[in-house]
Amino acid sequence: MAENAASALQFDAIARNYGDVVAVGGVSLSIAPGAFVALVGASGSGKSTLLKMVNRLVEPSAGRVLVNGADVMQIPPSQLRHSIGYVFQGIGLFGHMTISENIAIVPRLEGRTLPGEEIAKLLELVELDPDMAARYPDELSGGQRQRVGVARALAGDGKLLLMDEPFGALDPVTRDALGERVKRLHAQLGLTTVMVTHDMAEALLLADRVLVMEAGAVVADETPAALLGGAGGEAAQALVAVPRAQAKALADKAQGSAP
Amino acid sequence: MNDILTALLRLGPQLAEHVLLSAAAVALGIAVALPLAVWASRSANVARIALGFASLVQTIPALALLALFFPLLLALRGVFGEGLPTLGFLPAWLALALYALLPILRNAVTALTNVDAEMIEAADGLGMTSWQKLRLVEAPLAAPYVMAGIRTASVWTIGAATLATTIGQRSLGDPIFAGLQTQNWALVLAGCIASAGLALVADALLGLIERGFAKRRKMLSAIGAILALAGVGAAALALMSPDDQGERIVIGAKGFSEQYILARAIGMTLQEAGYAVEYREGLGSAVVHSALTSGEIDIAVDYTGTLWTNQLGRTDNSGREAMYDAIVRWEAETSGTKVLGRLGFENAYGFAMRRDRAQALGARSIADLARVAPQLTMGGDPEWFERPEWIGVRDAYGLQFGEQRTFSPTFMYNALTSGDADVISAYTSDGRIAAGDLVVLADPNAALPNYDAIVLISPDMANDARIAATLAPLIGAVDVDTMREANYAVDREQNKWPVRRAARWLLDEVTG
Repeated sequence: MAENAASALQFDAIARNYGDVVAVGGVSLSIAPGAFVALVGASGSGKSTLLKMVNRLVEPSAGRVLVNGADVMQIPPSQLRHSIGYVFQGIGLFGHMTISENIAIVPRLEGRTLPGEEIAKLLELVELDPDMAARYPDELSGGQRQRVGVARALAGDGKLLLMDEPFGALDPVTRDALGERVKRLHAQLGLTTVMVTHDMAEALLLADRVLVMEAGAVVADETPAALLGGAGGEAAQALVAVPRAQAKALADKAQGSAP
Repeated sequence: MNDILTALLRLGPQLAEHVLLSAAAVALGIAVALPLAVWASRSANVARIALGFASLVQTIPALALLALFFPLLLALRGVFGEGLPTLGFLPAWLALALYALLPILRNAVTALTNVDAEMIEAADGLGMTSWQKLRLVEAPLAAPYVMAGIRTASVWTIGAATLATTIGQRSLGDPIFAGLQTQNWALVLAGCIASAGLALVADALLGLIERGFAKRRKMLSAIGAILALAGVGAAALALMSPDDQGERIVIGAKGFSEQYILARAIGMTLQEAGYAVEYREGLGSAVVHSALTSGEIDIAVDYTGTLWTNQLGRTDNSGREAMYDAIVRWEAETSGTKVLGRLGFENAYGFAMRRDRAQALGARSIADLARVAPQLTMGGDPEWFERPEWIGVRDAYGLQFGEQRTFSPTFMYNALTSGDADVISAYTSDGRIAAGDLVVLADPNAALPNYDAIVLISPDMANDARIAATLAPLIGAVDVDTMREANYAVDREQNKWPVRRAARWLLDEVTG
C-alpha cells in the first residue's frame, strides 16, 4: 500500500503476536483526517490490540503505524501519547485529584498550566456544570465521570481521539446521550476518531466508517449505509443482523400492541 | 504514686534522647524502605528478597540485634578508622532502623502493587513517564497505607528503643533497667509510662497525617506533621545545653547495683575535682571490657576472676596475687588499658542457700551439695550457666542439678525465698546475703577464682596522672562490709536509697 501523506492514521502491515497466538495479523489501511471510524468485533478479535498499537500501549511485532505521516516508533511514547486523546472503559480518573486537576493533567505533564477558563470550556463541551471542577471523581455519577474522561482526552489539543469501549460501562440512556455528544464534538473540533466497540448498533449510529475484525484481520471495511444494504460479507452481516432483528422485534411489538 | 511522679519529672533528658533516637531510626527506616519498596513493586524478585530480609531481621530479638551491632562496628573500625563509635547512638540507631524496616516496606510494597489497574492504564495512556506515574499517581494513592506502616514502625521503635540502654545509649530504658535492678518499681513504672505515653502521642500524630492523606485533607496532614516535627525539634533543643562543650569522662557500669553505686562514686569524685562526667549504665558484662579497651568508655570497675576467665581465657587458679599481676600485664600489653588498682573488696560468685534449707540438707560446702544436687534447682543470673566459672565448678565437683533456671539478679534472691530455687549463684558482696540470712557454701577445691574489684582506665587516659591521683583515695579503701551495706541500702525492699545517696554514703565512709 502506498504511503498516503494526507492520511491522519495509517497502518502498514501491522502485526502483533503473543508467542504463537496472533492477536493482529498484518493489517494495512489508511484513515483520512476527520473520519469517525468504528472498530467492531467479538472479544479476542484483535480490535483493542490494533487500537493500542497507535499510542504504543502495545508494541507491534511487525509493521508500522503512521500518525500524520510519522512512524510512532520514532516518537517517544510520552510525547506521542500527549498528542493523542485516549478514552477507555475503565475511565481511570485519578481519585486523589479534583475534576479540574484530572482534566489539566496532560498539559501539566508537559509543564503547562491549563487556565481555569479552558477547564470550564472543556467541561461545557461535555455538557457538565463548570462548578464541578472542584469536586472529586467519587462525587460524580458514572456518566459524569466518563464525560470528564472525554474532556481530559481533549485537553491535550490532539486531533486524534482513540476510544476503547468508551461507553461499555454506562447505562443505555447515558450511553446514547454521551455517544451523540461525542459525535457532535468530533465534527465541531475537526477530530479524527477511532472507537473500539463490540456493539454494532453503536458503530452504525456514530461512525462514518465501520471496520469489522475477526481473528486478527479486518474482514469488512464499509460505510454504515453499505453494511445496512448487505455489503461486507458474512461475518459483518452476522453482526448487523443482531440490532436489525432487535429493531424489527420492537417495531412488531409496537404495531401488535397498538390500539 | 508520688514516687512515680517524681521519677517521671526527672526523665527529661532520657525522654529527649529517646525521641531523637526513635525519630532518627524511623527516618532512616523510611529513607531505606521507600526506594526499596518502589524497586520491589517493579520486580517480584526484589520484593521477595527485600521482604524476606526484613522479616528475618524481625525474628531476631531486639535486645540481641542491638548487641550484635557492637562487634559489627568494632570490625568495621578496620575500614572507617578508630573514630567509629561502637556503643551509644550509632549502633542503637542502626539496629532500630533495621527493626523499623519491615512494617514500612511491607505496607509500601503492598500499596504500590495494588494500585487500581485502571489508574495505571490511564496514567500510561495519558503519557506519563514512569517517574511522573510514581509521583502523581502511585505515591499519592499509596500514601495512606505507607503512613500506616510508618505508624506501626514508630510505635515498635519507641518500644524497642528502651533496650538501647544496654548498649550505652541514654533512653527511657534507663529508669526501667535501673529500677528492675534495684527493685525500685516507681522507677520502672515511670520509664514504662513515659515510653508508652510517647508511643501513644506519636501514634496519634502520625494517625492525623494518615487520615489527612486518606481523606484528602491537606490541613490535617500538615497539622500532624508540624506537631510531630515540633516534638523532635524540642527534644533536640533540650539536649543542646551550653555545658555540653569540652571533654567528658565516660564511666561505664554493668547492670547491677554495686556497679551503679561504684560508677556514681567514681563520677562524684571526679566531678568534685572539676571533671565533667557522664554514665553508660546497664551494659552487658562482655560489652564493658570491649568498650573500655576501644575507648568507648573511659573508666569501669571489673573483677579479676571475670577478666581471668573471659578475657585471658584461663581456667586454672594460680592464686590471688599471681592472677592480679598477670591481668595488669595482659591489659597493658594487649590494649594499653591501665589497671589502676584494687578497690579492696571481692565480689566473687558463691553458692548461696537459705540457712534452714542448707541445714536440712546437711550442706556446708559445694562438695556436700553435689550429693543431693539431682533433687535441687539451681538458679543463676542470665550469664551464669554460660560462664567458664560455672563449667569449672561443675566439673570440679561433678555437679548435676535436677533443674537449672535463670533469673535477673534481683529475682534470683527472691527465688530462694519463694522456693523456686534451692541454691543460687550469689555475689559475695551482695547485702542480701546477710539480710536474707543466707549461707555461702565453702569451696574446698578452690574451683571459683578470686574476684577482686579493680578500677580500669581506657588506653587514652591510661597515662593521665591527674585522674589517677584523683581516684587514688578509693584504691584499697572499700572493704566488703562497706560495699555490702551500700548494696543493701539500694537493694532492700523497705526504705530504699537512691543509687546516688548510696554512692555518697560510700564515699563518706571510705574517705571521711
